[in-house]
Amino acid sequence: MKKLSLLFLGLIAFMPAVFAQNQVDMASGLRSEGKIYVVVLVLLVIFAAVAVYLFTLDRKVKKLEKDN
Amino acid sequence: MRKNWWKILALILVASSIVAGFLGPVPVLPILHETIRNVYFHVPMWFTMISLYLISVIYSVKYLNTGKRAYDLMAVEAVNTGILFCACGLMTGMLWANITWGAPWPNDPKLNGSAIATLMYLAYLVLRNALEEEQKRAKISAIYNIFAFPIMFVLIYILPKLNDSLHPGSGGNSTFGDLDMDNYMRPVFYTAVVGWILIGVWITTLRYRVRLIEDKKNSL
Repeated sequence: MKKLSLLFLGLIAFMPAVFAQNQVDMASGLRSEGKIYVVVLVLLVIFAAVAVYLFTLDRKVKKLEKDN
Repeated sequence: MRKNWWKILALILVASSIVAGFLGPVPVLPILHETIRNVYFHVPMWFTMISLYLISVIYSVKYLNTGKRAYDLMAVEAVNTGILFCACGLMTGMLWANITWGAPWPNDPKLNGSAIATLMYLAYLVLRNALEEEQKRAKISAIYNIFAFPIMFVLIYILPKLNDSLHPGSGGNSTFGDLDMDNYMRPVFYTAVVGWILIGVWITTLRYRVRLIEDKKNSL
């Protein structure tokens, strides 16, 4: 158990290094420079809003069906 | 919740197609450039529209077989939702065409075919409103609907294939061939298609259920 947790700690400790390396590689890519992720997030937010809206409509209709 | 699993599936499918559609690799092609990603969003609109119209035809046939009012209502609401997706398809297509083909509405058989098909389905709704008597309305519009569907399909899918069209799949190049879609795009595209069809069905069922409640209130 102790060994495992040590290994885990070691992994966490090395994580930033791994990520940093990735970032160096990614920085040359067009996508990270172009900030396309922001657009994806915006679209996901809009889509999530539509989804929530549909679910609330669904619930409202269900209520109406029960009342009738 | 157990009954609603497909709604959640629909949301997951479309959401993942948004992520994979924007971040994934696409073939580098002249003229199209990054707009090839529109395939994930513009084309599923049309697939959804055709699926909803197909559902509508099935319910029209069911209505003619049984005479149950609920089937007629389902047929109308499927067309209503289908027209929503048709409008989305037309608008996104015009935007895309403006950039890649130079005009929002070039003289293309697929565009003109889809315009006629849209008018046909709008005529279906006008026809329904024109008939006062309920049974007559349901029967006549069901028969109209059964005729409209194959004509729509020919206009949108088959005739453009026989002519030279700007759309892929015409004038010799195959639809979804290797030219316009690679092996990464295909799964993302079909994910989007299935997701949007499920969402279209979901909206249809919502409209149908509201319509049923309205119908019950009116008949009381």
